Amino acid sequence: MTAVGDVRRRRIDELAARAGQVPEGEGGVSLTRSAFRRLRRNPVAIIGAVIVVVFLVVAALAPWLAPRDPLAQSLLSEIRPGFIPGSQEGYPLGVDNLGRDLLSRLIWGSRQSLLIGVVSTVLGVAVGMVLGVLAGAFGGWVDTVVMRFVDIMLSIPGLLMAISISVLLGQNQYALMIAIAVTQVPIFARLLRGSMLVQRGSDYAVAAQALGVKRGRIVFGHVLPNSLSPVIVQGTLSLATAIIEAAALSFLGLGDPDLARPEWGAMLANAQSFLSIRPELAIYPALCIIVVALGFTLLGESLREALDPKFRR
Amino acid sequence: MTRRSTTRLLAASAAALTAVTLSACASSDRDDEGGGEGEAASGGTLVFGATGDPAMLDPAFGSDGETFRVSRQIFEGLLGNELGGTDPVPELAEDYEVSEDGLEYTFNLQQDVKFHDGTDFNAEAVCFNFDRWYNFEGLAQSPSASYYYQAVFGGFASTPDTPSIYESCEATDENTAVIRLSQVTSKFPAALALPAFSIQSPTALEEYDADNLSGSEDSLQYSEYAMEHPVGTGPFKFEEWDRGNGEVTIVRNDDYWGEKAKLDEVIFRTISDGNTRRQELQAGSIDGYDFVAPADYETLEQDGAQVLVRDAFNILYLGINGGNVPDSGANPALQDPRVRQALAHAIDRDTIVSSLLPEGAEAAIEFMPPTVDGYADDVTTYEYDPERARQLLTEAGALNTTLRFFYPTDVSRPYLPDPAAMFQVISQNLTDAGFTIEPTALPWNPDYLNAVQAGGADIHLLGWTGDYNDAYNFIGTFFAEDANNQASAEFGAFSAPEIFAALAAADAEPDPAQRTELYQEANRLIMDYLPAVPISHSPPALVVSERVQGLEPSPLTAEVFSTVTLAE
Amino acid sequence: MLRFIVRRLLQLIPILLGLSVLLFAWLRALPGGPAQAALGERATPEAIERYNELFGLDQPIYVQYLKFLGRAVQLDFGNSARTGRPVTTEFLERMPGTIELTVVALVFAIGLGIPLGYLAARKHGSWVDSTSVIASLLGVAIPVFFLAYLLRLGFAVELGWLPGSGRQDVRMDATRITNFYVLDGLLTREWDAAWDAVLHLILPAIALGTIPLAIIVRITRASVLDVVNEDYVRTANAKGLATATVRRRHIIRNALLPVSTTIGLQAGLLLSGAVLTETVFAFGGVGSAIYDALFARDYALLQGFVLMLAIMYVLVNLVVDISYGFLDPRVRVQ
Repeated sequence: MTAVGDVRRRRIDELAARAGQVPEGEGGVSLTRSAFRRLRRNPVAIIGAVIVVVFLVVAALAPWLAPRDPLAQSLLSEIRPGFIPGSQEGYPLGVDNLGRDLLSRLIWGSRQSLLIGVVSTVLGVAVGMVLGVLAGAFGGWVDTVVMRFVDIMLSIPGLLMAISISVLLGQNQYALMIAIAVTQVPIFARLLRGSMLVQRGSDYAVAAQALGVKRGRIVFGHVLPNSLSPVIVQGTLSLATAIIEAAALSFLGLGDPDLARPEWGAMLANAQSFLSIRPELAIYPALCIIVVALGFTLLGESLREALDPKFRR
Repeated sequence: MTRRSTTRLLAASAAALTAVTLSACASSDRDDEGGGEGEAASGGTLVFGATGDPAMLDPAFGSDGETFRVSRQIFEGLLGNELGGTDPVPELAEDYEVSEDGLEYTFNLQQDVKFHDGTDFNAEAVCFNFDRWYNFEGLAQSPSASYYYQAVFGGFASTPDTPSIYESCEATDENTAVIRLSQVTSKFPAALALPAFSIQSPTALEEYDADNLSGSEDSLQYSEYAMEHPVGTGPFKFEEWDRGNGEVTIVRNDDYWGEKAKLDEVIFRTISDGNTRRQELQAGSIDGYDFVAPADYETLEQDGAQVLVRDAFNILYLGINGGNVPDSGANPALQDPRVRQALAHAIDRDTIVSSLLPEGAEAAIEFMPPTVDGYADDVTTYEYDPERARQLLTEAGALNTTLRFFYPTDVSRPYLPDPAAMFQVISQNLTDAGFTIEPTALPWNPDYLNAVQAGGADIHLLGWTGDYNDAYNFIGTFFAEDANNQASAEFGAFSAPEIFAALAAADAEPDPAQRTELYQEANRLIMDYLPAVPISHSPPALVVSERVQGLEPSPLTAEVFSTVTLAE
Repeated sequence: MLRFIVRRLLQLIPILLGLSVLLFAWLRALPGGPAQAALGERATPEAIERYNELFGLDQPIYVQYLKFLGRAVQLDFGNSARTGRPVTTEFLERMPGTIELTVVALVFAIGLGIPLGYLAARKHGSWVDSTSVIASLLGVAIPVFFLAYLLRLGFAVELGWLPGSGRQDVRMDATRITNFYVLDGLLTREWDAAWDAVLHLILPAIALGTIPLAIIVRITRASVLDVVNEDYVRTANAKGLATATVRRRHIIRNALLPVSTTIGLQAGLLLSGAVLTETVFAFGGVGSAIYDALFARDYALLQGFVLMLAIMYVLVNLVVDISYGFLDPRVRVQ
């Protein structure tokens, strides 16, 4: 154990440990099912889930929901410096500074935001999982080496890490996703390792070992699946972080260079120049980001509560 | 007045500029106002929002607008700029005479002028400066250090391979400096109005080791002189540069030889974000800033601020990598004139001008503003016609050809207030006409400039603000041939001997009327060949608050603050 | 206790070494390598060779790394490409501003967060509770730079109550001693200068402190709720101790333990947020320097600043760990 981010680590570990405990007095009912039951009774979870579902549906059906082509600069000729036409027939939310339908761009933007969120989170989980499983399953010096590396990554503040990666990879949408993913890796790696350590010491793992089941089978067949619930919780929360972080990187000029492609973060960053003449251009994408991030956070937090024995009384 | 390329020179044009009348107005200014102590001073501190920190404050090594914005207040040259215009007028020289052969210039200097450190300004100080430039050594010779010296005079004392057209400077008496050149050039003496040729205090230059540059060519470190002790003769003196907060403070020179500045001090404060600059002005914590976004004119004026619009003395163009720079990876389709014409027909200039650029902007039909001598009304024009563009592309077999389109981020140029918007509109225009666009965004300096000037893009956005009223300063800067008989790498090093010849001929023509015609011909040839697509001339603006009076906007973006007063 | 601290300090060494390797590798991995990064894309092969020779880049990689490390230990990260001054000088000049800002942001977050969280827990289930929960979730969901813009637009531009950029009014000719402007004003008895610097801190600190505030509210609320149900609190209540005593001695003290640990965590968030907040408020700190360096491709400065910030972050966490060791003896044993 090293000193760095000890607190932060401890928190992640605590999360992992709690999720591994089997609730008292609930023997017989599967963990997942009881968690789901608790979730359904929680209004906060319902609100979060509704937001997330609406977001997913809009992203999936964007081509059919959007009234117009999000790239067409259809009202460009009516735009003057210092004047952007507002809401009007056919353009319920008005147009942006290049005469593109704002509503259509917001609808299409959900796709790009979802893509950034999902790709970067999945990437972060995947790499973090490899590191965490390596450390958790093998223990010993592998564990030490991997965890030292993770500690070093944790010692660089998130946005600075993302900036460094973006500079390295150049400015494009994949670099953006990778940069966000890298900031997630150490969190997931620690989480999985901690949770696996708890599982490894659990009765069933010990029993399996005593029965002569191979290590690989124990890890992949029993320990890993049972360690997943904190990952799911953290993954849901990470989606929110990723969407917000994408906006921050866009603001810093490290976003997608194809400005025509609608993405909430880029739209928000770009609209800062028009805050005084048409604040809606900033407010709508900001609201989208806030609501969706809120949705994922509500869902994630209630998942955590549902899965965490400490909150079950 | 910004460095555009280190490879291009402002090569010679004919002698018309020697006809600049050096009127007596400078001396009359001095006689009228020089003696009155503090009578006109309104006092007060003006805070001006700069877009970036100056690179340093020694104008001889300057090539960026923020360096010149400050150094212009501290320093003066033998010639200066006409207030609010583009023509050179006398400043530290009362007048001058040219010898018959056009090689010897005798400057009669202003008398009783002192540098801020008390050193006398005289003919020896003038020659000291000329000799200083001529004798630059080492890193000071790199184009990123002494760009303007090299653009006008060529090489240095220690570079016999690249000779200098500067021969000598002789102080024949206290107030007479005789400068000899080895070759006739129209750039001289007009170029002496450039801030890079400001006369600086010999004492301070020596004491603070001004020529001692270190670091590397692309990240120069300047001397103590340039960072801490710039000393000139101007109406303001350097006071302090707080680099942590990006604030340069200059104070009134109470011993100024001419009409004294009214303000007590001016602070240039760096605020890199354009929205922050606007809000700071509205909140009253700065008194003015440059490069106002056209979208903000109305808001600012409603708030009582004064938007000062300069004349459009610039050009924005779509650069085309239409030649064959080896290894540049440029799309070969651009060598086909039909594809370049398709680009020109595809761009909706009128909408761009009305929707993206401030009032007073004009669509461009060639590469110089109409106010410059040599502008031709009858060049081939390429009106907006996406169908025609598509047809040309089809004929050339290049429909849906992919172009790597570069644009700069985080910058606002006088000719290009909002690069991102411009990029998106042109990009959409080109897509509509049947091109496929692959966008690349780079930070303006150094990445973007380096990349596009090395021919790294297929097409890109760039422009130019004139240094003074001269056709060659525009089209010569862009399209003159280099030592290998090619145009610059920015335009794919294309080879068009007829254009090169026309430019050289116009440049060498001594008769002004004839020269104008030759430049018109050169413009016609250029627009037939279409090495790039001219887009617009845009009037850049600066804004000052209600209480600021007497700031004269300059088309060269070379405002002086000595005439400014602050109302209560 | 001393052994605990020494152990913690020793454990820092591999982390710092690892960090230096990472950042050394980062500069090396930039397109074209460090020479191109320093000289620009147009650099001629000869110029690159010259540079490589000058900086020993033609030597084996481990020799280069050791040299880099040797210089880094002396806090020499070369010169900024943008200003030509030593990176360390730039850092030391700008860090006081960022420290002032983060401290005020933390004070704001803690000062408001703990009472709010406590209140929410005390009124568990009431509208006060749900409002503060929702508000704290919202606080985390708002992009920092957008919040900063809103604050500035509202309080600096529209209402004109507070200054919206910079660290001090430039017209104020304040004396500088430590570069902590508030402190300087107090030391030199230039009260107006100190007050002006404080005013300049308010809006950026609110923008920067909002996320930590939201987190602190949540953690405080959760841990107060936890503690209230603990046996020792029930015992204390059952013993008939005065409510105030129970609150002070048992609830608040124990509930603050987890809260204090999150404060170390906030340091990373604050440093990240400082890049965005300082940029919006044109606040001359470390964060705005990083933003400027990004656009000037000032890699030397980026490298040095990231390394020095990471070290500071590590040290802050160390201090938190050690103080936690004081607060909670169980940690020391582990």
